[in-house]
Amino acid sequence: MPTILSVQDLHVDFDIRRQGAWPWTPWQRLQAVGGLSFDLQKGETLGIVGESGSGKSTLARAIVGTVPTSKGKIVWKGDDLAAMNATARRKHRRDVQMIFQDPLAALNPRMNVGEIIAEPLTTHEPGTSRAEVKRRVGELMERVGLLSNLVNRYPHEFSGGQCQRIGIARALILKPELVVCDEPVSALDVSVQAQVVNLLRELQRDMGLSMIFIAHDLSVVKHISDRILVMYMGRVMELATSRELTREPRHPYTQALISSVPIPDPVAEKARHRPILEGELPSPLNPPSGCVFRTRCPKVQPSCAGELPVMQDVGNGHHVACPYQEVQQVLVTQQA
Amino acid sequence: MITKPGDVELIANAAGLAEVKGRSLWQDARRRFMRNKAAVAGMIVLVFIGLFAVFGGFLAQYPNDYVDFTLTGAGASNGVPSIETGHYFGVDPDGRDLYARTVQGTGISLMVGIVGAMVAVVVGTLYGATAGYVGGRTDGVMMRIVDILMSIPFMFVLILMLVIFGRSILMLFIGIGLISWLDMARIARGQTLTIKNKEFVEAAVATGVRPMTIILRHIVPNLLGIVIVYATLLVPNMIIFESFISFLGLGVQEPMTSLGALINSGAGQMNYGRLWMLAYPLFFFLITLFAFFFVGDGLRDALDPKDR
Repeated sequence: MPTILSVQDLHVDFDIRRQGAWPWTPWQRLQAVGGLSFDLQKGETLGIVGESGSGKSTLARAIVGTVPTSKGKIVWKGDDLAAMNATARRKHRRDVQMIFQDPLAALNPRMNVGEIIAEPLTTHEPGTSRAEVKRRVGELMERVGLLSNLVNRYPHEFSGGQCQRIGIARALILKPELVVCDEPVSALDVSVQAQVVNLLRELQRDMGLSMIFIAHDLSVVKHISDRILVMYMGRVMELATSRELTREPRHPYTQALISSVPIPDPVAEKARHRPILEGELPSPLNPPSGCVFRTRCPKVQPSCAGELPVMQDVGNGHHVACPYQEVQQVLVTQQA
Repeated sequence: MITKPGDVELIANAAGLAEVKGRSLWQDARRRFMRNKAAVAGMIVLVFIGLFAVFGGFLAQYPNDYVDFTLTGAGASNGVPSIETGHYFGVDPDGRDLYARTVQGTGISLMVGIVGAMVAVVVGTLYGATAGYVGGRTDGVMMRIVDILMSIPFMFVLILMLVIFGRSILMLFIGIGLISWLDMARIARGQTLTIKNKEFVEAAVATGVRPMTIILRHIVPNLLGIVIVYATLLVPNMIIFESFISFLGLGVQEPMTSLGALINSGAGQMNYGRLWMLAYPLFFFLITLFAFFFVGDGLRDALDPKDR
């Protein structure tokens, strides 16, 4: 399958001004994403997990093109995103759509649902007749499980799950090739989460979409993704197929992450090995030297502070950024 | 069974298949506003004052610049308000019909207030929203311009302008237009800064909507609640501002008048027991201001962003 998106050694930095500093003191540099690489195939779903502040959303915004990159490349169908001309950029904006975390905040409260869903269409195909716009909006609303007679309603008249469906409809109206979902279900009830995830899966299959699915909940990501990428402080810790990553995690961070997913069986829960992470995420303004995870790693060695760990290929497309990696069984829920 | 064409629609309606009418935030706000009795009363009063200013002239028995020389100067004491003589509100110190002059003055005062508020809404909102949305250096430059304009003592500049270019309504409007949008620009910019980080704006950026369209379609409608409230509270301020200038004798040119000018001339007659010359213009001045304040208050409650 052809590679549709290729991220190569991506860095995203933010310059932050220290509070109460003199105007001439240099700004602090916050590294949100540091040296991240992966490829995405057509029709594939890549899950990205990591705790809050690990740079997942920044990565999503860099791919969509709303956050400037400071080093490295994002190659969309052979074109470097940073070097695109206006026409290519417009095409990229059209082909790559995004679904947001907070379903209600992502919808303009002053516009009705029809206008919201039609906005990408009227932006990229301004000549479309009103009847045609209305027909396509109605069609898509039915497709995402909303009654098409609700087009004149406003976002505050809908529930969270319905709002997310509206957001999905807006992302799909231009028939994009890649949809970046930035924690699309984190703000929803568990029962609604399942509905929305299943809807996304169905739509992906029917429309042949590629998808980047970000979440901090591994059980949701596992359900929808072909491959999973584990991020910590803007770096890749581990990248493997969904099945392999959950069954045979090799990186200590992945193991800790997986073990934090509760098992709905008290006996199994008690019996399993659970590496517990100590402490807080270090400040991204002042990341640890060498391996960024070493301050919290249960298997830390003196050499970890030295060099950046090299990405190791352990076969079958499984990559780990830890020289002391080994398979450790951390039981996962059997369902799904 | 035979179905007539009308029946199909009926059945569709009954089945709830017809498009449901949504209730926008504006409609919600209108409902809340309508429940506020003081605000509705203020609105009604404003409508009546507006009608008075526009159509009141038809009831006047005299034009507003007709001088009845028997009633000028000391004789003005004879020009008491009366229905028989046709001077409903009496006459002013120069023997002119006060009713006709109040009608005309109310019109000028309302116009000054509304023009000032309109300039503020259009220029101030767009300027502030643009500065806030673009951000960075552009924002800095645009807002420093506002700061500089604000630091100029406007009353002084306006008086200079009126002296140099002559007193005219146009000059007055230009002066008021120059000053009124500055505060609005700041308010709009501050609000824009909070709105532009909302996800729906980001969604629009990600889809490739052009910046100007984002400002007009996503930012401004969400600013409008606060802008409208501020504008209704700005109208009375502008009326007071104009009245003050007229009170100094620099406002509109005779024989045109405004409420401020009428109050000024009426105030000078208090010693001679001709209180009506002050009372009638003052009455219209006060109820106009009160009505605007009540409406502004009602709008603020109705459009309160907390209810979103």
